[in-house]
Amino acid sequence: MNIVVLVKQVPDTNSERRLTDSDHTLDRASADVVLDEINERAVEEALRLQEAHGGEVTVVTMGPDSATDALRKALSMGADKAVHLSDAALHGSDAVQTARALAKVIGTVEGVDLVLAGNEATDGRMGAVPAMVAEVLGLPALTHARKVEVDGSTVRVERETDEGVAFVEAALPALVSVGEKINEPRYPSFKGIMAAKKKPVTTLGLADAGIDAAEVGLANAATTVVEAAPKPPRSGGQKVEDAGDGGVRIAEFLAAQKLI
Amino acid sequence: MSEVLVLVDHVDGEVKKVTFELLSAARRLGEPAAVVVGAPGSAAKAKESLARFGAAKVYVAESDEAASLLVTPKVDVLAALVGSASPAAVLVSATAEGKEVAGRLAVRVGSGVLADVVDLDGEGVATQSVFGGAYTVKAKVTTGVPVISVRPGAVEAEEAAGAAAEETVEVPSVDPARAVRITRREPVTGGDRPELTEASVVVSGGRGVGSADNFALVEKLADVLGGAVGASRAAVDSGYYPHQFQVGQTGKTVAPQLYIALGISGAIQHRAGMQTSKTIVAVNKDPEAPIFEIADFGVVGDLFQVAPQLTEEITKRRG
Ligand SMILES: Cc1cc2nc3c(=O)[nH]c(=O)nc-3n(C[C@H](O)[C@H](O)[C@H](O)COP(=O)(O)OP(=O)(O)OC[C@H]3O[C@@H](n4cnc5c(N)ncnc54)[C@H](O)[C@@H]3O)c2cc1C
Ligand SMILES: Nc1ncnc2c1ncn2[C@@H]1O[C@H](COP(=O)(O)O)[C@@H](O)[C@H]1O
Repeated sequence: MNIVVLVKQVPDTNSERRLTDSDHTLDRASADVVLDEINERAVEEALRLQEAHGGEVTVVTMGPDSATDALRKALSMGADKAVHLSDAALHGSDAVQTARALAKVIGTVEGVDLVLAGNEATDGRMGAVPAMVAEVLGLPALTHARKVEVDGSTVRVERETDEGVAFVEAALPALVSVGEKINEPRYPSFKGIMAAKKKPVTTLGLADAGIDAAEVGLANAATTVVEAAPKPPRSGGQKVEDAGDGGVRIAEFLAAQKLI
Repeated sequence: MSEVLVLVDHVDGEVKKVTFELLSAARRLGEPAAVVVGAPGSAAKAKESLARFGAAKVYVAESDEAASLLVTPKVDVLAALVGSASPAAVLVSATAEGKEVAGRLAVRVGSGVLADVVDLDGEGVATQSVFGGAYTVKAKVTTGVPVISVRPGAVEAEEAAGAAAEETVEVPSVDPARAVRITRREPVTGGDRPELTEASVVVSGGRGVGSADNFALVEKLADVLGGAVGASRAAVDSGYYPHQFQVGQTGKTVAPQLYIALGISGAIQHRAGMQTSKTIVAVNKDPEAPIFEIADFGVVGDLFQVAPQLTEEITKRRG
């Protein structure tokens, strides 16, 4: 079973994240960037499915040159090969453009049975790109999986959302997005890291992927940011040491604030 | 006046509060038209409340498949209505499912999509709160019928009488190769507490609570305050409390009047989900815990002493 995993490089949630003043896009230069944790889980799930069913695992990303590091991390976990869509013209693409572009890149990988993705990226939190990719490709979208099972040509997923758990199934080829509870991703071993250096990473420009430049990028996006402003950071208030009356002190504070 | 389509968020015709918020937001842009996609009989149940919150029209899209297939029937119905009704915008709730419906619809009809909007003005300018509230962004859809998902609890629901004139629309049949069938559901049983994202008080417990049993202490405090219970990821990962109550970067975003953090260190990813709360109270035995940097009132102490005393004091004051 051949699996494509969509992975994204994002600013580390531990660092301060900023938007650029010039065009309100994500300021990638000022932040430490990492492979998004949810995508480590997607890669982990792909590797487990590969262990059970065979086939090849290809990781795919769309992002600036630095995103190669995210691909290398996935390769060091055990993925077989990688495809990197990178082109200056992609800067500032919106969700619809991103989904269309990723669909094109998936199209360059042969015999794909399953596309895996994270359910939501920690930067944009669109929570929709995987379903949108599936929409473009005409694949069933089984999203927010906490458990995935492939049985012949059927994929079964336990889907966990606010509404509860839904047991869903569809025919392959299909797309599955994974949630945070699905697994604990493995750490790359030293051997894995060394091996990853020799694994193939194909870099595609727009033309290589068959994407029209007029369909992507900030200037052609279907949404536009009119303004963006940082909120002043919150500051702390009163801090008291509990002297046996901590609970009462909180109650007094709440009463003074008219909260009780 | 143009119609504004509102996808009704419901369980078997039982309408969720967020729908009333969407109908209220829709009125700023045009005439709200509610779209009920579901099993036969859903719309009949939903109609009265939709009328009360200003739905001029109710599109009824009912079939067995509409309820037994995931997401796709909703996208199909909305896409058909975008074609026939030329609405000014389509609004859906920014839930896991709603965000997907919005994204897929935008792909299908060639529109732009904005996700998790917290406010919307009459010109279609949407406000978003990004990076856990660190930035406020205003954005607009510039191509096609704007498709917008709105964060539950962000817009005030206001009653306004609507005619709720019914119109039946067909649910297109779904290509089996593309369909996702729901074979079984285990809905979350809400219990008596308010929903996390809707509650005006949230009491959250972290790893410091120490065990699933000890979470009873968090629940007791939440209950005297009429609030919801939340948890940090460390508490969820340790099995103290279920995942759906996780607050933070990869959990729920909450902005209640009062947020009480018990035994939570206040990691940046936790703060991302609660730092826009009106008032924050923290109890932590470590005076250096980062949660104190954003707490309006902090007690350095043992939560097993402080929280029960607080619960008792509130009960006493209520008399
Ligand atoms: C990509 C990513 C996403 C994440 N998403 C989330 C998220 O959505 N939500 C989230 O919460 N975290 C998230 N995290 C995890 C986050 O970084 C922290 O690990 C987590 O918030 C810590 O939870 P905690 O404060 O309960 O635990 P700890 O950091 O272990 O803190 C426990 C606190 O309890 C205090 N304590 C212990 N005993 C007592 C006592 N008896 N009385 C009083 N205080 C006591 C301790 O002093 C300590 O400060 C994410 C991390 C990553 C990398
Ligand atoms: N630029 C991208 N490159 C590769 N995968 C992406 C990209 N953007 C989003 N994805 C995938 O879609 C998931 C959800 O992202 P989002 O819908 O943006 O919240 C991510 O976890 C990735 O798996």
